[in-house]
Amino acid sequence: MNILKNLQGWIDDRTGFSETVLPMLKHPVPPGTGWKYVFGSTTLFTFILQVITGVALALLYQPTSETAYESLRYITYQVPLGNILRGIHYFGASAMIILVGIHMIRVYIWAAYKYPREMSWISGVFLLGLTVTMGFTGQLLRWDSNGVWSAIVAAEQAGRVPFIGNWAAHFLLAGETLGGATLSRFFAFHVFLIPALLFTLIGLHIFLVLRNGISDPPQAGRPVNPATYRRWYNTMLEEKGVPFWPDAAWRDMLFGFSVVLIVVLLAVFIGPPAIGAPPDPANIQSNPRPDWYFLWYFALFALMPAWLENYAIIFGPLLAGLVLVVLPLFFSKGERHPLRRPWSIGIVIFIVTIVFTLWHEGANSPWSPDFTTKPLPAHVIGNISSQAREGGRLFYKKGCQFCHTISGYGGRRGPDLSTVARRLNREEMTIRIVNGGGNMPAYGAILSHQELDALVRFLQTRKTESLSEP
Amino acid sequence: MSERMPLNRRTFLIKLSLALGTVAGFLVAIPVVGALLAPLFRKPAPAWRAVGSAGQFEVGKTVLVRFRDAAPLPWAGKVSQTASWLRRNSEESFTAFSVNCTHLGCPVRWIEEAELFFCPCHGGVYNKDGSHAAGPPPHNLREYPVRLRNGQVEIEASAIPITNL
Repeated sequence: MNILKNLQGWIDDRTGFSETVLPMLKHPVPPGTGWKYVFGSTTLFTFILQVITGVALALLYQPTSETAYESLRYITYQVPLGNILRGIHYFGASAMIILVGIHMIRVYIWAAYKYPREMSWISGVFLLGLTVTMGFTGQLLRWDSNGVWSAIVAAEQAGRVPFIGNWAAHFLLAGETLGGATLSRFFAFHVFLIPALLFTLIGLHIFLVLRNGISDPPQAGRPVNPATYRRWYNTMLEEKGVPFWPDAAWRDMLFGFSVVLIVVLLAVFIGPPAIGAPPDPANIQSNPRPDWYFLWYFALFALMPAWLENYAIIFGPLLAGLVLVVLPLFFSKGERHPLRRPWSIGIVIFIVTIVFTLWHEGANSPWSPDFTTKPLPAHVIGNISSQAREGGRLFYKKGCQFCHTISGYGGRRGPDLSTVARRLNREEMTIRIVNGGGNMPAYGAILSHQELDALVRFLQTRKTESLSEP
Repeated sequence: MSERMPLNRRTFLIKLSLALGTVAGFLVAIPVVGALLAPLFRKPAPAWRAVGSAGQFEVGKTVLVRFRDAAPLPWAGKVSQTASWLRRNSEESFTAFSVNCTHLGCPVRWIEEAELFFCPCHGGVYNKDGSHAAGPPPHNLREYPVRLRNGQVEIEASAIPITNL
């Protein structure tokens, strides 16, 4: 025992652990911080989880355009627990993105970004950007059909950078086309470059917590005054502060533990995202979709007015980032309590509502043609004239059904036509079909007179929803 | 301090150290940036790829053809493949459409009966001549140079078309 004790003493003396690290762990924090302060540290825990599982995956992953796909299948289907490892990395990433979001909303609503913690917020904005970039590059490293097309979608977005669009796109693709260097590049970004930046900024972010202290729980009627704040804060800590470890840290540990547990359980019981078709840029039977955390963004591109979109692709995120970065500089003092800043709650509700709505839309993506739709069955077509029946066949053959639903069959881009005859007469239908408009192509040059006539006859029979199965 | 500090030994050493660090940083940065930008300086010479004999293609039909990139890296494997929607307009005339939607680059599908190209991502639609028919795409489908030589249809392998502002 004595030897162990001596050894411990020797290590502590030579490393200076108790002198340097312990005071940091035990730095005083304001009392009453409670559960709403756990999200930042838990984000850190999920980051560490990502680093560890990421290293483990990198032991087995082949970062080349030609072999990555097979190595991922190997990890998923042959390596013992490889499937779970991938699952943890995937759900860990999801958890990290969710927690970053909650952490940010928490800091915003309680105005913890005000003096003297402006730099904490600003470094946090960059950390948010890097985390999201990690999510995107990580999805791409799956390097299945979806990953390949994600690289192209990323390049197309980069192409909207003014003046140097092509250059930026080719920079991402590592050439003018997808090729032997594309995956290596995204791998280097995902595994070396962005993590290095993340480590640096996380270091700064945590250092700033130690330098400026954890924000005190706000009180209505106690505005931040930069002239006196630091003195007030230090006096408050001296009088009422409690050591971070363990008085506040236990909540971080408990919540962090729960999140990691949930991530592991999801990995075990749900597993990682399925691997798609092999990476073949000549295989056009692909339906590229981002992972869930980008679905709202994907939806935005489908729903935004076209004239705005070309600019919004690049300037939208830039502008959003800029607004976030300068936010604490413009609002560095004054009331912090949400009750005195009701608009902050309003803004959060507004943005969260928009994002969730877009999410819902993105998950359904009604604007995507439904290529899997099957010809209308006989009981839907019903007992109608042979000409009208031919129209029903054309409704499928000519692609109408990719975008229009009739009695539950078809896509959802355009209006449901189950009962269209109640709304439109013959002429109105004809005009619409021949000229198209907006999101509908003009079929005037595609359909013969006979075909058009048959199609309109068929649509004129659509008066009631046919619900009865045969 | 109102006066200029005299250049004594200590300030000289500070400046020297910082200068050395900066120079070392720049020197290392040159090859690093070089590696980052290397692919941009690799301009592949245009390469014509035969995609089949003219007889294979029916007038008025559009089919998917696959061919290799202009100058693939030897280890690129399958990723060096690319595709085009080839339409035979007449005996002599062909059009080779890029498969990439001009909106965000997703692969468009030709639906023969409907005579339209549909994009699966955001619902862009193009006519059989590649012109924009509906949805968000800002341009018509891009085309690759195509020619008929010794009875073979050849497409010029070139860059993935990128839509700019």
